[in-house]
Amino acid sequence: MAEKRLMYGNHAVVEGVIYAGCRFFAGYPITPQNEIPEYMSIRMNEEGGVFLQTESEIAAINMLFGAAAAGKRAMTSSSSPGISLMQEGISYIAGADMPVLVVNVVRGGPGLGNIAPAQSDYYQATRGGGHGDYFTITLAPHSGQELFEFPRLGFELAEKYRNPALILADGLLGQMMEPVEFTYEPIDPTSLPEKEWALSGCKGRERRVVRSYDLRPGKLEDLNRRRFEKYENIKKNEQRFRASRCDDADLVVVAYGTCARVSDAAVRMARDRGLKVGLLRPISLWPFPWDVLGDMSKRVEHFLVVEMSCGQMIDDVKLATECRSKVQFHGRPGGGVPTPPEIYEKILGVLGGTR
Amino acid sequence: MPEVKILEEVCKGCGLCCDDVCPVDILILSPDTINSSGYHPTVVTDMKKCIGCGYCYMICPEPAIEVYK
Amino acid sequence: MKKIFGRPAGLTEIIQRYCPGCGHGIVHRLIAELLVELDIRERTVGIAPVGCSVFADEYFNCDMIQPPHGRGPAVATGIKRSRPDCVLFSYQGDGDLAAIGTAETVHAAARNEKITVIFINNAIYGMTGGQLAPTTLPGMRSTTSVKGRDVVKQGYPIKVCELLSGVDGAYYLERCAVNTPKNIIKTKKALKTAFKNQMDDKGFSLVEILSMCPTGWGVTPVQSKQWIDDVMSKYYPLGVYRDRAKEEK
Repeated sequence: MAEKRLMYGNHAVVEGVIYAGCRFFAGYPITPQNEIPEYMSIRMNEEGGVFLQTESEIAAINMLFGAAAAGKRAMTSSSSPGISLMQEGISYIAGADMPVLVVNVVRGGPGLGNIAPAQSDYYQATRGGGHGDYFTITLAPHSGQELFEFPRLGFELAEKYRNPALILADGLLGQMMEPVEFTYEPIDPTSLPEKEWALSGCKGRERRVVRSYDLRPGKLEDLNRRRFEKYENIKKNEQRFRASRCDDADLVVVAYGTCARVSDAAVRMARDRGLKVGLLRPISLWPFPWDVLGDMSKRVEHFLVVEMSCGQMIDDVKLATECRSKVQFHGRPGGGVPTPPEIYEKILGVLGGTR
Repeated sequence: MPEVKILEEVCKGCGLCCDDVCPVDILILSPDTINSSGYHPTVVTDMKKCIGCGYCYMICPEPAIEVYK
Repeated sequence: MKKIFGRPAGLTEIIQRYCPGCGHGIVHRLIAELLVELDIRERTVGIAPVGCSVFADEYFNCDMIQPPHGRGPAVATGIKRSRPDCVLFSYQGDGDLAAIGTAETVHAAARNEKITVIFINNAIYGMTGGQLAPTTLPGMRSTTSVKGRDVVKQGYPIKVCELLSGVDGAYYLERCAVNTPKNIIKTKKALKTAFKNQMDDKGFSLVEILSMCPTGWGVTPVQSKQWIDDVMSKYYPLGVYRDRAKEEK
């Protein structure tokens, strides 16, 4: 039996990072993710890893750039305003094709906003976030268990495709305590293969250069086209989702993270009353599970998108369903969390009040 | 006897080596040769005076100067 | 005949694209010579800045990385902490180090990060076309201070060695110049100390180098080296600002 512990979501992330064989953390405190750097400082010390509390999120992401370029697994965590500061670095890291892991425990925005859970960084996470043509692989956990498991998945995807990966959580997931099962043996960092592109000094080989620029005419165009071939592969291979009760559904709720948990309760309320309602939970937000939604839209009349924002993921649902279905929205911005009855009422409204 | 070799094609004709850098004053910008980049490169006026101090090499940003002994 | 001075193996064969008389090339060569003389070329990772010397990643014959503007010390920290056996140098200009990257510079010094920072102070922004730098002297003209730096409106220059002297973590700070052979010899000595400090695991070493930018200053190369003696080094006095190795003796 795998070890099971009751822990904060934020602590589960830390164990997930350590179990993934990562020994490099740099970050700056910001609510509601402070338990990550606090616990990480203890765990990295125990494991002989690097823990750096930086002068800013800008410095943190650039330290990751360095550590990743040196061939090491490196991660940072922050919350919305801090992630905004990191976008410059993430753009450079994407432009240099380096793998790093960034965790965003999202809070209410824009601006300083508040410290309550939110999903209003969806656009930022799934549209690149910084300047230039690029995407970050984005995973959306909905439980302590996934907060433990996704760092490993994130590193594996980041390294496979040489691209930054992002875990998009929220303040509720980070602060909530849940049982977490340690489902795999910790990875020994020394067992991870050396990267053939890592900077380590050029002894016995040609010198290597890590950069995101190319001023030669046409070369950056070529480079970006090659990167988009990579993105096409990611879109083809890495769409992740969980569909429940969707097979016979007249209405499918689409929600991720905390909203998926709340929506699941609403869907059960609807099923209890005989309504054919299902739940599709995107796990990868980029690549978005366009394919499954596209297929569903051929037989499902209604989609209800539930988000803790004024509506961002709904754009992807509309793109995926290509006007074949009616797409409705229920959202709570600015730190509001929808309740199951609220969503249930909305379901009733969409289905024409058939109680 | 020391010798200075100017890599004419690398020289950008800035003249940093020609001013008061050379203790024996044997470097000038060539008035009549132009390299393929369009610069008048440094030339040595009197090689046998060279003492091989390397000051010209030191101040050359390219470096377009080699010193032999 | 034996070659006693010539292009060091620490430089690649690429002809550098700097303007005639630019000081960058001199500093590049000094670093390249030290990579060979200290036998560290094969374990060095260099950091190119943003600015004229962005192409330093093509010029140094060692592993190189080109990070965002001003973030060199943070990237160097990430590499150094991941691979302590590597020798890190962060090559930065005045916009990079003393404007956009001020925080990264000060905090790398405060952490006594075991890296070598090479700071080219030429009092102007070269790459973008001669605009005001944080190091532009009072009264000095730039393309964004065409009548000269007005300290009332544009503030005062930042003296980096003096600023970092107030940071306990900094291990070694020296200001040099590359306008004369004598000063170049001193600069090389300072750079050697800065690299040795890192090799001996001592700590954060920064060498500020007053360097010619004839194009940005609107003078000839020969006038530019004279200007460092006559004007610039009066405002930015040369010398050692911190040497904890000596203080600890």
